[in-house]
Amino acid sequence: MDNLNIMIVGVGGQGTLLASRVLGNVALKQSLDVKVSEVHGMSQRGGSVVTYVKMGKKVYSPLIEKGEADVILAFEILEALRWVEYLKKGGTIVVNEQRIDPMPVIIGKAKYPENIIAKLKQQIQNIISVNALKIAKECGNIKALNIVLLGLLAKSTDIAKDIWLEAIREVVPAKILDVNLKAFDAGYLSASDLEK
Amino acid sequence: MSMKLLMGNEAIARGAIEAGLNFAAAYPGTPSSEIIGTLAEWAEEFEYYVEWSVNEKVALEVAAGAAYAGAYSLVAMKQVGLNVASDPLMSLAYIGIKGALVVVVADDPGPHSSQTEQDTRTFAKFAKLPVFDPSSPEEALMMTKDAFELSHRYGIPVFLRPTTRVCHATAGIRFSAVEKNQPEGFVKDSKWVIFPRLSYVRHQWLEEQQLKLSREFDSNRWNYIQSGKKIGILAGGVSVLYVREAAAILGIQPAILKIGNPYPLPTGKISEFLDQVEEVVVVEELDPVLEEGLIAVAGQKGFTGKIHGKISGLLPRAGEYSIALIKKVLANILGMPDSEEITPESGNEKAPDLPVRPPVLCAGCSHRASFYAVKRATKNANAIYTGDIGCYTLGNAPPLSMVDTCLCMGAGVTIAQGLKRVEPDRPIFAFIGDSTFFHTGIPGIINAVYNNHPVKIVILDNSTTAMTGHQPHPGTGKKAAGTAGEIIDPVQVVKACGVKFVETTNPLDLKSAEAVIRRAMEFQGPAAIVMRAPCANTFKPVRRFRIDREICSDCGRCLRELGCPAFYREDSGVKAALQIGPACHGCGLCSQICPLGAIKAE
Repeated sequence: MDNLNIMIVGVGGQGTLLASRVLGNVALKQSLDVKVSEVHGMSQRGGSVVTYVKMGKKVYSPLIEKGEADVILAFEILEALRWVEYLKKGGTIVVNEQRIDPMPVIIGKAKYPENIIAKLKQQIQNIISVNALKIAKECGNIKALNIVLLGLLAKSTDIAKDIWLEAIREVVPAKILDVNLKAFDAGYLSASDLEK
Repeated sequence: MSMKLLMGNEAIARGAIEAGLNFAAAYPGTPSSEIIGTLAEWAEEFEYYVEWSVNEKVALEVAAGAAYAGAYSLVAMKQVGLNVASDPLMSLAYIGIKGALVVVVADDPGPHSSQTEQDTRTFAKFAKLPVFDPSSPEEALMMTKDAFELSHRYGIPVFLRPTTRVCHATAGIRFSAVEKNQPEGFVKDSKWVIFPRLSYVRHQWLEEQQLKLSREFDSNRWNYIQSGKKIGILAGGVSVLYVREAAAILGIQPAILKIGNPYPLPTGKISEFLDQVEEVVVVEELDPVLEEGLIAVAGQKGFTGKIHGKISGLLPRAGEYSIALIKKVLANILGMPDSEEITPESGNEKAPDLPVRPPVLCAGCSHRASFYAVKRATKNANAIYTGDIGCYTLGNAPPLSMVDTCLCMGAGVTIAQGLKRVEPDRPIFAFIGDSTFFHTGIPGIINAVYNNHPVKIVILDNSTTAMTGHQPHPGTGKKAAGTAGEIIDPVQVVKACGVKFVETTNPLDLKSAEAVIRRAMEFQGPAAIVMRAPCANTFKPVRRFRIDREICSDCGRCLRELGCPAFYREDSGVKAALQIGPACHGCGLCSQICPLGAIKAE
């Protein structure tokens, strides 16, 4: 397998860190070299956050440069737009169709861009957009939206589904495991729907 | 043993355990906090002692005491924490330790979550203490073990200096067997008592160790040359990885000298490297520590090749490095085109200016209520608001705009006092969080009483150290490993400091909070208000609020004045109607300021 560079972008508090942990384990289970780079601290308080996950035969640095991401997993649409230039030519972006207004927009100092998904669709060939929040809610917990998105991502890779499930079992705390396994399946299945 | 996915900070914790850890202490600070957090989780299994100390100076001193008695001891902090701990550190370099003492100081180039970009390698040089500088989580584990071994053998504290991209990078880590160290106990000796005469003797001793360490680092496993062609690159820390990746992309094979011990520099190894190359590029984030060392060696031996780096003006001293930057610099020096221009999938069109998304106080955060109450009570009073370090520094942002100054831990209370002497007619409010209060707030409060500075101190008590990940502190009655401790109540402390006006209030009850603030303003002399309500991240909401669209006039006051991230405007086609989203945590502050009573609990 060639190196796989994944970026997870979103808003602090959306569960991007847990998603990156699962991805890291997915890499380990395939005996791949892996590096994940996260940002903690201040930006986790509702700021714009980005996590890099790199896996392959040999991974040097933990960072991904502009135009080098094979996949962008965007937890929010404005963040998808903010980071889209990191996507490699021919890369895939998975977008959760959720809008979270940043403070300058809430207090009327800035305007939230319109028609983001349509704009992205013009620029990007491989784009998967879903309402992961709604799917997570149906599974019983809106916080599982991170795992819904992983389900979607899983379907678009050639990594076996069992590896993903095993990785989730290892990372997700026992008391919320069931909801998350359900969320993964829901994401995985919704990806199949999109393909039709 | 199999590979486990560990974050750099967890790898450091594991390394300490494998080395035979007996004792660990720290005050939390990004990006170092997970080291002690992880050690706390594993304490029972591996039988060592671990604590969250009150501040970094205290943490270093208790860890040193344990090492005096022969313990393998670790203290962890962020780079600015070392400033607080610098007093014991400088003397400890002379006095030395028994057992072992590893001082983990996490630097934050960028910075991502810090007040400064200070470089702990420079601090180590000043303190004359050896440093290990890992470039990855794997190295961080192994270097931690080597640092313990070196500290024990030389009898001095040893630094481990990871940076954010090591602390918060995650990789597959292989575990090794755990060693056990049985502390011998403390043996009385005049060598533990620092006096000028002893200092002179120990200074000479410390200088002798510098040379020995430098020779040892010439040949250990962390400083090595990877041979290559013509151009040489000297690099340390995470920059080594950027260099390797950039070289792979450019398809070049430079000779690389990787330095894992930036102090005392392995000058013999650097000399050997200079014999093999025609010109050198030095790649290191922050201070030119390796570069200055290399230039000195080059000067002594008459190296005539070019030396590129920060001093030559090629690379920046501030901020983080990246693969793109290193690639560009190397391509430039080698006269190569900057490889092929990369076209992202989105095209090369310049991205439009998007609204920024700065971090904010959470929905339901009690600090918002505290700031708002003080803002209302001091309306038109021309007041000044001094802030401090923590989540509540975010109170600086509009629409609250309630943090006029922020300098370092504990400085809110004291900056306020200087301001008050020069601006006697303006009310001065100093905000300080509960964890920061215990850290370095108390001496400043005593100073206000002793010197009679009539400042108004607002202690934002949310019963946790929120910003760094909810560590307990003396006010919470919980200890690092989860056991119960004494609860130290800030109210009692402030009273004992001699503050005559001390009142506690719940900031989420806006009217009462405002009344308390007004009384404090009328009081002649230093006054303290303890604003007490738990951090919204520590409990589940029991209610949520919603806007009754029948009543709401969309005046926007709630949104404009509070800046709560749970609010949004729904695009209804005709006009953007105000709504409260699922992020609402039920604090109810907005419902108390709505002029029409349109905001109601669900």
